[in-house]
Amino acid sequence: MARSDVQLMLDVKAGDEQSFTLLLHRYRRPLVNFLYRMVRNREQAEDLAQEVFIRVYRAREDYVPSAKFTTWLFRIATNLALNSVRDNRYQRMEISLDAPVTVDAEDGEEKALDVAEKHPNIEQHLVEEARRKMIRHAIDKLPEKQRAAVLLHKYQELDYGEISKILQCSESALKSLLFRAYETLRVELAPLVAQQARQ
Amino acid sequence: MSCSRMEKKILGYVDGRLKESERLEMDRHLATCAACRVRVNEFRAVNVLLDELPVIEPSAAFDIRMQARVAAEPAKQSWWTWFAPSPRVVLAATMLLLATVWIGSRRADSSLSAADIDKINQNMQVLENYDVISDFAPLSELPQPVQADDASDSGQNQQM
Repeated sequence: MARSDVQLMLDVKAGDEQSFTLLLHRYRRPLVNFLYRMVRNREQAEDLAQEVFIRVYRAREDYVPSAKFTTWLFRIATNLALNSVRDNRYQRMEISLDAPVTVDAEDGEEKALDVAEKHPNIEQHLVEEARRKMIRHAIDKLPEKQRAAVLLHKYQELDYGEISKILQCSESALKSLLFRAYETLRVELAPLVAQQARQ
Repeated sequence: MSCSRMEKKILGYVDGRLKESERLEMDRHLATCAACRVRVNEFRAVNVLLDELPVIEPSAAFDIRMQARVAAEPAKQSWWTWFAPSPRVVLAATMLLLATVWIGSRRADSSLSAADIDKINQNMQVLENYDVISDFAPLSELPQPVQADDASDSGQNQQM
């Protein structure tokens, strides 16, 4: 039977390095994805994820299982991501929706020319990619805290109690935050929403 | 339930996180409110669209870099290591001790010997005699020397 996060962390505290590796493997993927969706840069997301794990490792001796491990982990990640987004705000180049339909090189995804060779139905692929780009852009446009709330709620599937602790707000405030974020997304993605709603 | 009260529950309704009683209350509201029904459908559509974003995998270098960073972290310290002084503290304490000894020895060198104290005691007698002479009343009653003869008087006094 798999050990719980708390048990693994207590084992790390007791000096078991292997337990830290298990925690790392359990959470590196969700953490990198969360941070990637927050900062929109893969390399930076990995750097931040490493910083999160190092902070957890450094704090092992003082670890007390007073809250869920994921709450602690994503709280560190969210704080780092919010700081990073604020630092980068004026440095980042906005990706124009009018730009030629090639996928961002920083995403590590395929470029249009390569796609033609791999996908026989290039038109369909480009339509799907344009949809994804629109969705990414809509999420990017959300205020940082709303973005963090949506990502934690939608992709990490954390409950309201956990997310409100991570974002240091009340559950009621979190629900308002999420409602406003979904309202914005609904407007930003109106053509896709209408298309989706018809299906 | 009014539409404004529904705002905070609509997302919970869409993703199935509401309590049973709240869900039933929402169902009753939606049965009578077309605007909220539209909003629920649109929130559902947004939720589905968000699923379209791809999931990325951490790069191969991620684990290698992570292992290197963890290995570079200082080893866990036991409670007793708190009492073990660091080399820097030992060096600072030694320097302080040497400085104290050196300053102490300099003070001892500058202190007076018994012979010096005897010499001062002898000179003290001369100083006391000078005090007595300078305050001796009969001397003040002597006539003042004539101004013109100052030079010759002083010469005579020197001879005396």
